[in-house]
Amino acid sequence: MISLRDVSKSFDGGRSFAVRDVSLDVAERVFLSIIGDSGSGKTTLLKMVNRLVDPDRGSVVVAGKPVDADAPHSLRRRIGYVFQGIGLFPHLNVAENVGITPRLLGWSEADIRARVEELIDLVSLPRSYLARMPSELSGGQQQRVGVARSLAARPSIMLMDEPFGALDPITRDTLGAEYRHLHDAMGLTTVMVTHDVMEAVLLSDRIVVIRQGAIVADGQPHELLVSHPDPGVRALMEMPRRQAERVRALMQDRAHRG
Amino acid sequence: MDERVTAAALLLPDYLSQHVLLSAAALALGLLISVPLVVVASRRAAVRWPVLGFASVVQTVPSLALLALFYPLLLALSSASAYLFGYRFSALGFLPSLLALTLYSMLPILRNGVTGLMNVDPAIIEAARGVGMTSRQRLLRVELPLAAPVLMAGIRTAAVWVIGAATLSTPVGQTSLGNYIFSGLQVENWVAVLFGCGAAVALAIITDQLLALVESGVGKRAPVRVWIGVGLLMAGVAAAAMVQGGGERKATYIIGAKNFSEQYILADLMSTAIRKSGHAVSTRVDLGSVIAFRALANNDIDAYVDYSGTVWANVMGRKEWPARAQMVQEMRTALRQEHGVLLLGTLGFENAYALAMRRDRAQALGIRTIADLAQHSSELALGGDFEFFSRPEWGAVRDRYALHFRELRQFQPTFMYRALASRQVDVISAFSSDGRIAADDLLVLADPLQALPPYDAIVLISPARSSDPVLRQALAPLLGRIPIELMRQANYAVDRDADKRSPAQAAEWLSRAAHIR
Repeated sequence: MISLRDVSKSFDGGRSFAVRDVSLDVAERVFLSIIGDSGSGKTTLLKMVNRLVDPDRGSVVVAGKPVDADAPHSLRRRIGYVFQGIGLFPHLNVAENVGITPRLLGWSEADIRARVEELIDLVSLPRSYLARMPSELSGGQQQRVGVARSLAARPSIMLMDEPFGALDPITRDTLGAEYRHLHDAMGLTTVMVTHDVMEAVLLSDRIVVIRQGAIVADGQPHELLVSHPDPGVRALMEMPRRQAERVRALMQDRAHRG
Repeated sequence: MDERVTAAALLLPDYLSQHVLLSAAALALGLLISVPLVVVASRRAAVRWPVLGFASVVQTVPSLALLALFYPLLLALSSASAYLFGYRFSALGFLPSLLALTLYSMLPILRNGVTGLMNVDPAIIEAARGVGMTSRQRLLRVELPLAAPVLMAGIRTAAVWVIGAATLSTPVGQTSLGNYIFSGLQVENWVAVLFGCGAAVALAIITDQLLALVESGVGKRAPVRVWIGVGLLMAGVAAAAMVQGGGERKATYIIGAKNFSEQYILADLMSTAIRKSGHAVSTRVDLGSVIAFRALANNDIDAYVDYSGTVWANVMGRKEWPARAQMVQEMRTALRQEHGVLLLGTLGFENAYALAMRRDRAQALGIRTIADLAQHSSELALGGDFEFFSRPEWGAVRDRYALHFRELRQFQPTFMYRALASRQVDVISAFSSDGRIAADDLLVLADPLQALPPYDAIVLISPARSSDPVLRQALAPLLGRIPIELMRQANYAVDRDADKRSPAQAAEWLSRAAHIR
């Protein structure tokens, strides 16, 4: 579904590389997470898929077509994009925000309204919110609108850049799980960038670890959790495991004393 | 009601409507130029700094100078256009005012617009790209709507500036509320000055409040407010256009006048004479001294009164000073040949530069002539009008008599006489026809070396009208009929503090007193 071939990107004219000679193929309907430290190049890699960043070298193919075959805006209308900044348009209400891409595509007003109502139900917000302005919503509600907006034009591919990073832990967990459900129900292909290893482990079918612009690990969550030759990757994956074990120990301890 | 208030109120529809139309046109043109510039400047730093820098520099030029500079510029363009395309446009009045005020309006619009566009949250820009907007859609659907409140604040500032600065378009021949202020200041009609200031302030406040309504409508996404604000503003402009459009028929003859009482009176005298022959006349008063002759040569005005010495030195650039009659003789030929301007004749009096003192002060020092003055000049202060010290006459009289004053000070003429009365200066550069010489009992110092040149009042007619029989026949009865004593009295009737007359009343009195048919 998505194929990056030997892509590189430098933001300082070649002195250092944000992404260096990376190749990555993402199959249809897979939920892939890219994890890594800040500055590792994971966001740059993600943005190459919808051309928010153009690679200096290498090729990107989406759904069998090179991404530079069309104008960037028409490519982006076919790909959902959700990011930490959310970026709801403050001068448009919820319904107008959700319906923006269909409107750009020239859908009829009736089709847009039907789609907006369908989506607001899908992200579990009451329909009365459609007339509200973004500033009247909580952070979690805003990102639900953000997800609805990205799905509006029925994309088959979703790109998510730390989508739940700015939310409180409970909202984050709920929204993550709900999104995973939508991913399965709608048959989406999702690429998510996160620095939260636990989130990646719990939501993904496949995890790619990236460091200094290169892929250092690639596999299913349980594969990476068990063991990995790279000590950095081991350390990274140990964290969720250790946390899980501590929680389990805590519960057993409680059971004994109780 | 005070007679002066009534007189001022009668002029209001004309002055106010012209002021409104000029300001609205300048602001509209400013917006038309600035908004595209804002868009380009916000995207390219290479454009941003030159554009904002230029606008800032324009803002630091005093607005009166900016207006005055556009006149010669347009005059040159008009001549070039006449040469290239055979079309000559009027460089006086509306056009220079419009261009100068347009430039003036641009800085706040540019600065606020660029700030507004550049301060749009980067996350929103990223979202706009992410949902698949083209660059143009991003601008129209997201960036401009979000920058609109800041841009509107800039437009408000620009509107207030333009309305204020438009009062300064009077000296380049554009009627505005500034006519009250310039003429009122000249003849010390404080009612007119206050009336003009008040009207300009009221116009600025009302406009600002209507734009504030639009601004709040834009900010709160309340289209009703926007439409009410815009609607009322448009209605105001439309009303002004109707006053101007539905007004008097287009004047056949345009009489010019510089910016002092004698010029107003003589312009009224000439206008009345032409009107008696059954033709329509309008006046362009308060023209700058240099602008008046150029306007005549460019056929922007048809006739006005100038003074032989002024034309001799400033227009013809001559340095030597022949005798009175000979100067006029030579000038008649030169003006005709070089500018196509007709010197119709002299009015009979001189408005020459003279040095004057309070009589008591002169007697105390034993001064009767400029030669006497030279012996005391190092202890005395000389007051001059804005032009005097940069004129060749001052150089001539200074060098011929070896004058070395303790201090030289510049004044607006009205305040120059005040300064003399209150002893801030001891000697002033007076005009020989000034009514205040008799009224303030001043002594005009004799000029035994004849260093001060002659300044005969002369009637000049534009090239296009130089063989127009109507103008010649109407103005011929004025020639040689106005003695200096009558001119002084007429001037004083307008300039004095108590029992003031309007220039039109003084012109009527002068016409009767001089037995002009």
